[in-house]
Amino acid sequence: MSDIAISVRNVSKEYVIAAVSHDTLRDRIVHACRSLLGRNATGNVAPHAFHALNDVSFDVTEGEVLGIIGHNGAGKSTLLKILSRITEPSAGEVDLYGRVTSLLEVGTGFHAELTGRENVYLNAAMLGMRKVDIDRRFDEIVEFSGTQQFIDTPVKRYSSGMYVRLAFSVAAHLDPEILIVDEVLSVGDGAFQKKCLGKMDEVRRDGRTVILVSHDLPVVASLCQRAILLRQGNVVGDGRPQQIIEQYMSEAFSSNETSLADRTDRYTKGELMVQAITFLDEKLNAVQPAISGQHLVIRVYYHCHVRTVFKDMRVMIVVNRDERAACILSTDLVDRKPLDLAGSGYVDFHVPHLPLCGGRYFLHAAIENNVVTQDWVQYAAELQVLDGDYYGTGRIYPHDGWRGKGMFVDHSWRMERTS
Amino acid sequence: MNMNELEAKSIPQVPVVIAGQTNRRPSVQIRPSRGMFHLDLRSVWQYRELLVFLVWRDTKVRYKQAVIGAGWAVFQPLISMLLFTAIFSYLAKLPSDGVPYPLFAYAGLLPWNFIAQATSRSGTSLVGESHLISKVYFPRLIIPLAAASAPAVDLLCALVMMIPLMLWFGMTPGWQILLFPIFVIIALLAALAVSLWFSALHVKFRDVGHIIPFFVQFWMFASPVVYPVSLIPEKWRALYSLNPVVGVVEGFRWTLLGQRAPSVETILPSICIVLLLFVSGVVYFKRVERTFADVI
Repeated sequence: MSDIAISVRNVSKEYVIAAVSHDTLRDRIVHACRSLLGRNATGNVAPHAFHALNDVSFDVTEGEVLGIIGHNGAGKSTLLKILSRITEPSAGEVDLYGRVTSLLEVGTGFHAELTGRENVYLNAAMLGMRKVDIDRRFDEIVEFSGTQQFIDTPVKRYSSGMYVRLAFSVAAHLDPEILIVDEVLSVGDGAFQKKCLGKMDEVRRDGRTVILVSHDLPVVASLCQRAILLRQGNVVGDGRPQQIIEQYMSEAFSSNETSLADRTDRYTKGELMVQAITFLDEKLNAVQPAISGQHLVIRVYYHCHVRTVFKDMRVMIVVNRDERAACILSTDLVDRKPLDLAGSGYVDFHVPHLPLCGGRYFLHAAIENNVVTQDWVQYAAELQVLDGDYYGTGRIYPHDGWRGKGMFVDHSWRMERTS
Repeated sequence: MNMNELEAKSIPQVPVVIAGQTNRRPSVQIRPSRGMFHLDLRSVWQYRELLVFLVWRDTKVRYKQAVIGAGWAVFQPLISMLLFTAIFSYLAKLPSDGVPYPLFAYAGLLPWNFIAQATSRSGTSLVGESHLISKVYFPRLIIPLAAASAPAVDLLCALVMMIPLMLWFGMTPGWQILLFPIFVIIALLAALAVSLWFSALHVKFRDVGHIIPFFVQFWMFASPVVYPVSLIPEKWRALYSLNPVVGVVEGFRWTLLGQRAPSVETILPSICIVLLLFVSGVVYFKRVERTFADVI
């Protein structure tokens, strides 16, 4: 059997939230004076502790790729910071077996005034690489980043894409035995991302141990062999990624979770937001689950938090299944007339024959125009679909093995004999 | 072909995780730190290359896009020297212990500029590098260490200028020049000792950032940079010598200019204070280091 690479035992982290937000010398002196005078410092609430992590334990074996998922504030970043030795645990122990590199950010310590070459050395040294190793791998790093021509130019003259590519390239060539990564995959353009994922896969196939924290569930599903779900500082799930992602999703939609309007894990300008998403039938009665082939209305409620008319917007829904987009509905795709949003209201998407087959779907929602994204919420709603007779032929799918696979497409056929 | 069969092949097999005991020693152990003297200076040594890179970065960035570049390291003390000679020697008629005043001032400015630079840059270094502290691990001591060492490069440049100056005034150093490095080390330690306290306090109390400029100004007048120690009344000498810069400046003048040797009463308190401040600074630094990422 393989050896343990990372052992986390009963790790807790508490932050003392000071009642006074700014701990300045003046506060201290004032406080000390008041205490000396025997007067209680008025207006001070006793500081209270906040538990970012609660008795977290798990082991990671050598060569395992572990994904850590959870909502914002679940303790993912704190756990990562403890594993990376940036902050200390309040209690508990962690043992790491092997050379560790942690990437909480690409390009940490890059200095705008220095050239690409100088930054490679500086950044790699910061991440724990020795100079001889940097010398040895330098050409490889530069080649991978594709910035050969500009390597002796100060990085302040780089495009942001080049900057990120060079930074990631250093990270990709660190050669650690244990790699701890935080969402760094979501950088660069499509082609470079593909390259990075390839590199991650290579790292995995080389038998390195990887801990990956990500919001990108498809990446977790495809790269990891195991996933851990954190909720309010506790490990609430540990197992196969598919199963843990399911658990995460169902938690996201359980009734006691915050409503869509109150969710903070979204990319938003805070001015115009998606409030809620509901599913209706053609008579505008609520439906859940929906049925394949039937008329479905997806109602997206919006609310403007400012007194402006948002001109020429589009409302978009991405329907996902198994962590992949199945289809996209967007107001500007089907209609050229401008959509102006103000106050609050809703947009109804009418799908006359629901082409989705039975299963669970998750909807991402966006309100944006070509310039700015006003609001973008992933996993904004869950849609349950039951298999229905889409084609009206009494047959649902050709074979049981096709249950829940693909989409329905209107089609017809004609046979013609040519000889 | 059935889709389920296709997928069954591509799903990676999950290895069974058994929390077995290993006989290997962990390469990294993370524990809540306790106690005062968990210094772990070995890890600082492991990251010595990073220290060199950071010193090099600071120096490089400082003189980049400056027309005369590192020439500033020479010009600054040279201009100060001319200014001081005009004001303190020509106008104020301050004595200079028998040495030509320009040389006297320059020899004092060498260590003083270094200590002042090192203190002000290193004292605010941790907050200045807060993005590093919250994103990557390396021994935090490296940061103030590098910031305090970078001005040593300036010191070396300025030192070169000392040669033509001494030739001009027809002075040659004696055997004492061999002891010169010792005083450089004391200067470095003095700057570090003060900066360790400042930088660690600065993380929590941003007031320190405002205090440092005043402190440095005050410190200069409390040190024999523009005037000789002989100006200080005898009865105050012992107290005066508690300022580590006194010993350092005297040492520089003695080893470079062959001025009369500083008395043991001047040097010894300086060294003791420096060591005391330095050791307590390191201990304090290591004690609060663990919370840097949380409060910065």
